[in-house]
Amino acid sequence: MELVQNFPFLTIILALFSGPLCSILKSKAAKWVNTIVIALILVMSVAVLIFTIQTGEAYVYQMGHFSAPWGNEIRVGILEAFMAVFFCVVMLLCMLGGRRELAEEVEETKQNLYYVMVGLLLSSLLALIYTNDLFTAYVFVEINTISACGLIMIRQNGRAIEAATRYMIMSLLGSGLLLMGICYLYDLTGHLLMSNIKEQVALLQQSGEYHIPLLIAITLMSVGLAIKSALFPFHSWVPDAYGYSTLSSAAILSSLVSKGYIFLVIKIFYRVIGFDVIRESKVINVLFVFGVLGMIFGSVNAIRESNIRRMIAWSSVAQIGYIYMGFGLGTTAGMIASLFHILSHAATKSMLFISASGLTDVSSHDTDFFGLTGSGYRNKIAGVAFTAGSLSMVGIPLFSGFISKVLFASAAYDTSGKLIPAMIALALSTLLNAIYFMKTVIRIYTPPHRAGIETDTRTITVREQPQKTVVLVLFIALNLVLGLGSQPIVNLLTKGLEMFG
Amino acid sequence: MSRKRSEEEYQKTRSFRFRQWLGGEKDPFLDTVEMKAPNAHEDDPESVQCVQQIAPEASGETAAHTDGKKTKRKGILKQGGSGALGMGGLDMDGKRTASAPLSYEEEKKARLAAWVYNSDRNRDIRAFRGIYRACAAVFCVFLLIMLLTAVSWLPTEGEEDRPVNNEVSARYIESGLQETGAVNIVTGMILDYRAFDTLGESHVLFAATMTVLILLRLDRDEDKKKQHANDRIYEPKNDVILQTVAKILVPLIFIFGIYVILCGHLGPGGGFSGGAVIGAGLILYVNAFGFAKTERFFTAKTYMVTSFTALACYSLSKCYSFYTGANEIESVIPLGTPGAILSSGLIFVLNICVGIVVAGTMYTFYAMFRKGGY
Repeated sequence: MELVQNFPFLTIILALFSGPLCSILKSKAAKWVNTIVIALILVMSVAVLIFTIQTGEAYVYQMGHFSAPWGNEIRVGILEAFMAVFFCVVMLLCMLGGRRELAEEVEETKQNLYYVMVGLLLSSLLALIYTNDLFTAYVFVEINTISACGLIMIRQNGRAIEAATRYMIMSLLGSGLLLMGICYLYDLTGHLLMSNIKEQVALLQQSGEYHIPLLIAITLMSVGLAIKSALFPFHSWVPDAYGYSTLSSAAILSSLVSKGYIFLVIKIFYRVIGFDVIRESKVINVLFVFGVLGMIFGSVNAIRESNIRRMIAWSSVAQIGYIYMGFGLGTTAGMIASLFHILSHAATKSMLFISASGLTDVSSHDTDFFGLTGSGYRNKIAGVAFTAGSLSMVGIPLFSGFISKVLFASAAYDTSGKLIPAMIALALSTLLNAIYFMKTVIRIYTPPHRAGIETDTRTITVREQPQKTVVLVLFIALNLVLGLGSQPIVNLLTKGLEMFG
Repeated sequence: MSRKRSEEEYQKTRSFRFRQWLGGEKDPFLDTVEMKAPNAHEDDPESVQCVQQIAPEASGETAAHTDGKKTKRKGILKQGGSGALGMGGLDMDGKRTASAPLSYEEEKKARLAAWVYNSDRNRDIRAFRGIYRACAAVFCVFLLIMLLTAVSWLPTEGEEDRPVNNEVSARYIESGLQETGAVNIVTGMILDYRAFDTLGESHVLFAATMTVLILLRLDRDEDKKKQHANDRIYEPKNDVILQTVAKILVPLIFIFGIYVILCGHLGPGGGFSGGAVIGAGLILYVNAFGFAKTERFFTAKTYMVTSFTALACYSLSKCYSFYTGANEIESVIPLGTPGAILSSGLIFVLNICVGIVVAGTMYTFYAMFRKGGY
């Protein structure tokens, strides 16, 4: 076994270890430890990705002295390694972009606890990506939930704590349903290891035994994870949680935490139950309907919102709807489109949050829509980044959002019966996206004197905020890379998904 | 033959005290228990005013307490009692709050706000609440029926050919003792076969504690002082019965907890249960003797350092075993003779680590919820 193959487990343990380590350090030291750990994990993940691309096949890594059904194991392929790299990049940029807000909004003595939470969160995301054992996945879902709660409420104002409470209640409901689903599945198959469950489920499907409990187990797990990733009817916690938490938290929550759960859904579909069984069970049709509804309702609510951060949060609800609609198409092409949209949304949404905070900084911290008039002139880089993000979310060519919409549309074309609803939903949602994003872009580039509105006159130049500028430029670059170099990435995802199941 | 007693004499009788206690006007232990006035009220002019209003009234009712300081304490006690605990002299205090100095404008505003936000009057809110409750009930019933249906379709409990009776559990039972060296198969399973899960699980506890610290820890000095002064206003301090019992029980509880942790691989027990026992012992100790005594040996700093050490030790030892396991390197850690106290390799160490984390977590939760730091 080569040294590189040890890296996935090392990254998980390293991130896990950085949590307790940050708890005994002072805030400043914790900040550096956290940054270094994320960067180190990024480097290791890149090495793993290169290794998997070279060998071209997935490998299983045994955790301990006992082989798979008895002990734990993790499984590493192209898709997993690619996701790990991508999540680390976004995490690093989110942390760097929100540093100043963190220092302002969080008590000095509690800042090290923030890095504890981020470390634990990263380890849980990595474990969700790599694990090949359903119960290990549940344990790390727990860590993910708790640390996400901590990230929301560390900004100790009333709204953030209320948002954290809502998030906790909904998230625990989701965890409970997921756990029950896992229990049922264990009772039916006698295994917790994903590949073994899949064999047993295939046997059950052939013999037709235990059809109803199997269906209920699938439903419980899908619904539980849908609640946790804020699919449409379960989205009520989103606007507050993303709107009132500190900047890094909002960016991380919207772009990574929900994506970790969605990745687990894909894993359950492909590796635990088998995609054919899922397709026959009709669960995906339910996901399709709610995905489509989410695309429309999320956008409508975003139009009605006058607070810019809550507007972006509502837009997240719509984008999660896109991803679940892709699952609901029930084809590999739909899954690829969803995977690409995970990347595209993660890269764009965190950029939007960070640039929106740059715009509110020059509008006397007014998140209200009218206060933002002309803020694109006062903070140039934030205005450019917000415009780029908006164009990407609407789906203008050159940016990543365009590619995911094309992929969704072409995937819908191959399905029978879902073509028309999917196309209508895509068109309608794109139109609504354009309404609220373009409305905001026009607003931030309207000179205040012409609109007849008195606003803050403070300006922030690029030199005054070097860190944020670098972060935003990198985010724009990431978006352009995803948008212009999409074919190699789609090929990589396709290859990864082939060896994933 | 009856004789009319004087008022003063009557107030000294037990029946008077009993009636006062029954009516919730008086704490029968007031004279014997040290009650401390909360400092918070002293710099709050409004409440001081309130207290002064109460004081003559209260002394009028219970003339037994002529000492001004005592009556003041009592007044606060009553006020707190009616406000926070909702018992004792409600009608009297109700009058008092109404007569609290409020200007006309302020009162009008307050009334308007109360009227606007009163959800009983608002038809929309009431309708929404009704629908909400109905939906919640329907959802719960639906979930209940679905889960019960599913349970009735599951493999029958206790049958031999259930899917869970497969090669996995067979190997745990048959060769768990030889492979892990732990007589207690459950410990062998959670800390050796599936140690990765337990590693995550102990970090769940750690994450939970950190979240509670974020929410409840008071870091500003004035907050800390205020909270320290307010710690247990309504409960007795230095209770003789509690202290005597704690003096006898706490050492036994600690010893039992340590025993449960150390013998986790030999019999029922382990880090989680033993740690919970030790945590309970710590909580009993702090209840009896107060934070001043526990802080001599267990502060927040101690907790951080011990739990970091325990988790780091856990992570490092598992790193070693994962690395050697996956790369097929022979582990150098001896399993020892099963049944001996120093046996089962890493399990013994890991149990201690988990025990430390669990005990610290329990105690930290208690201290945070009680006074926001220790």
